[in-house]
Amino acid sequence: MTVGLEHYLVLSAALFSLGLLAVITKKNAVTVLMGIELILNAANINFVAFARFIDTDLDGQIFAIFVIVTAAASAAVALAIVLNLYERLHSINLEEADSLAG
Amino acid sequence: MITNAILILLLPLLAFTIQIFIGKRLPRKGDWVSTGAMFLAFFLAVPILIQALSSYDPNFKITQSWEWINFGAVNVTFGIHIDNLTAIMLIVVTLISSLIHLYSIGYMHDDPRYNRYFAYLSIFSFSMLGLILVDGFFGIYIFWELVGLSSYLLIGFWFEKNSAANAAKKAFITNRIGDVAMFAGILIIFTTLGVFNFEEVFRGIADGQLSGGLLTAAGILIFMGAVGKSAQFPLHVWLPDAMEGPTPVSALIHAATMVAAGVYMVGRTFVIYTADALLVIAYIGTITAFMAATIALVQKDIKRVLAYSTVSQLGFMMVGLGTGGYTAGLFHLITHAFFKALLFLGSGSVIHAVHSQEMDDMGGLRKKMPITFWTFLIGTLAISGVPPFSGFWSKDAILASALEFGMVNPTHMVIFVVTLLAAGMTGFYMLRAVYLTFGGEPRDKKKFDHAHESPLVMTIPLCVLALFAVGTIWWGWLEHLLTKPELSSYASSGVQVLEAGGGHPDVAHTAHKIAMFSSIAIAGLGILLSTLVYHWKKISAEAWGRRLKPIYTLFWNKYYFDELYGATVIAGTLFISKISSLFDMKVIDGFVNAVARITTRFAFGNGRFDIKIIDGMVNLVARVIGFFGAQLRTIQTGRVQNYILMALAAVVILFIIQQF
Repeated sequence: MTVGLEHYLVLSAALFSLGLLAVITKKNAVTVLMGIELILNAANINFVAFARFIDTDLDGQIFAIFVIVTAAASAAVALAIVLNLYERLHSINLEEADSLAG
Repeated sequence: MITNAILILLLPLLAFTIQIFIGKRLPRKGDWVSTGAMFLAFFLAVPILIQALSSYDPNFKITQSWEWINFGAVNVTFGIHIDNLTAIMLIVVTLISSLIHLYSIGYMHDDPRYNRYFAYLSIFSFSMLGLILVDGFFGIYIFWELVGLSSYLLIGFWFEKNSAANAAKKAFITNRIGDVAMFAGILIIFTTLGVFNFEEVFRGIADGQLSGGLLTAAGILIFMGAVGKSAQFPLHVWLPDAMEGPTPVSALIHAATMVAAGVYMVGRTFVIYTADALLVIAYIGTITAFMAATIALVQKDIKRVLAYSTVSQLGFMMVGLGTGGYTAGLFHLITHAFFKALLFLGSGSVIHAVHSQEMDDMGGLRKKMPITFWTFLIGTLAISGVPPFSGFWSKDAILASALEFGMVNPTHMVIFVVTLLAAGMTGFYMLRAVYLTFGGEPRDKKKFDHAHESPLVMTIPLCVLALFAVGTIWWGWLEHLLTKPELSSYASSGVQVLEAGGGHPDVAHTAHKIAMFSSIAIAGLGILLSTLVYHWKKISAEAWGRRLKPIYTLFWNKYYFDELYGATVIAGTLFISKISSLFDMKVIDGFVNAVARITTRFAFGNGRFDIKIIDGMVNLVARVIGFFGAQLRTIQTGRVQNYILMALAAVVILFIIQQF
């Protein structure tokens, strides 16, 4: 059996769903960040897979690399935010970060 | 000369302004400002008279007028008109007024409102000078009212006294009655002719633009103004009460300013009076002259005697003017101004010495006050018509004019007869005043011992005035200068004007002769009777008073004029005002209150509507929005994960929608 585009897409969708589940359900901010990383990587798999099977130039791969770079940068920012959150609330439980409640 | 005239007019006004504002702070309380202004005005008036005399022309005239109000069709000018009459009156007014100013320095020296007194004197003189100088009915009316106002201020100068305040009020209101009539007369002239200027009015009347009954009515109405101001019957009641003012003021009112204004005005507007109007003037004058003389016979207050004598003499002037004796009437005005000022200042001197106005408190003052006595005697002889004093010449001229009128119109002979009787009474009551004041034995020993001759500042004016009471310096040139103006001289050529009278030289000659002898005779008779009664005591005044009790009471109560007016005019006015006030309070106020109540009621309703409905609507909108806001805020949890969940749900929903 050859590995086709569908397999990649299914993997990517599964990965995305897992990431989304983590983002929505986890209370720990760091776990949520990890979920976001999963989502980003699901997108990266899509990029690469589509680049490989549909459009044969290197655009998709380059985009994936960009995403990795920006994900690293945003992870740094997000962790800084989490640190600040911890400093204020002495907790990184997202349930408690609700001061913008209406 | 115009500059002089303007300066004469403005100097007293300036003095008034200075006195009223800073008089109190000036040295001597500023009496020298007013007095100086008056003397300066007198010295400025002298060249005008000299010019008038040196031209010796009955038609001498200097005029200058300025446009004042211009409404296109209506053009009112305001100007100065100087002729012989003006020139002489200027001298009379400024001279007498300055002498009275001078005299007042002595008379008023310890009054607390000394500076204000002089301010009022100045405004009074200003008003009178303006009245003399202006050239039209409009201007004369303005100054006419100013005279009324300033006399009000001066008569009520001692307003702490109730009687003085009342007298001032009485003078003002009585004058107003005449003024309203005069105003109506002026309006008749203005509506028909459209001009105010004397000369233009005369020209218009001469050209027949205003004639007949309307002209007579206008003349009588304007004369009514003079009736008020010159205290003629039936508006004479204020003048005797005006004695409540300071005596120099009485002198000023009686001699130079106020009462002279009426006679002067009639003289100034002489040509507008028709024969009928002149007849009215003559009869009013006759009644006044006779009635006032009879009242003066029995009065005990020296100033009251003089007051009624003024009323009587003003009646003479009106008789003179009314019977066509223009020169005679104005001549008497001028001579009377001097001797009446003299008599009043003399009586003031006496009052100053004995501190009483009642002749019962006087007597025997001849030795104590020789200057006052002699000058007073000269004044008395002048007013009684004894030759060669001035009163003789002028009164004689009036009687001659009345007699001439009576000879031409025999039905009106009564004017002459009654006036002659009044002339006789003048001699009687004036000599009576002299005997009671200066002659005989002192009746009040204490007051007599206290009495003393007045200071120089008071006696000098007396002497100066006494000089002018000598008649020979008057007659002749005055008769020439004050020739009777004829209406026809104003007419455009070709218009015939009816002659009012005169023009009977032979009658005039006879009349003059008879009048002269009869006036000397009647004056002599009056004086003789007075001497018999009060000096030689051959006839008892008390006995005759008892014998003629009803007449005596009638005279003593001044013909009950005050009571009559009190019962009719005043009571009527009070009644009407009471009704009006009642109407005002019940109906007008009731209406206003009802409107107010309705408005408040309405406003209350309005307010409730505003609060309940309008505000309610606004609040409802706010509350609805608030409700939904409250519902919506529950979604806004502040938790990031909820938001993501919602976004996810939305995506799912969108996805499902897209599928179908």
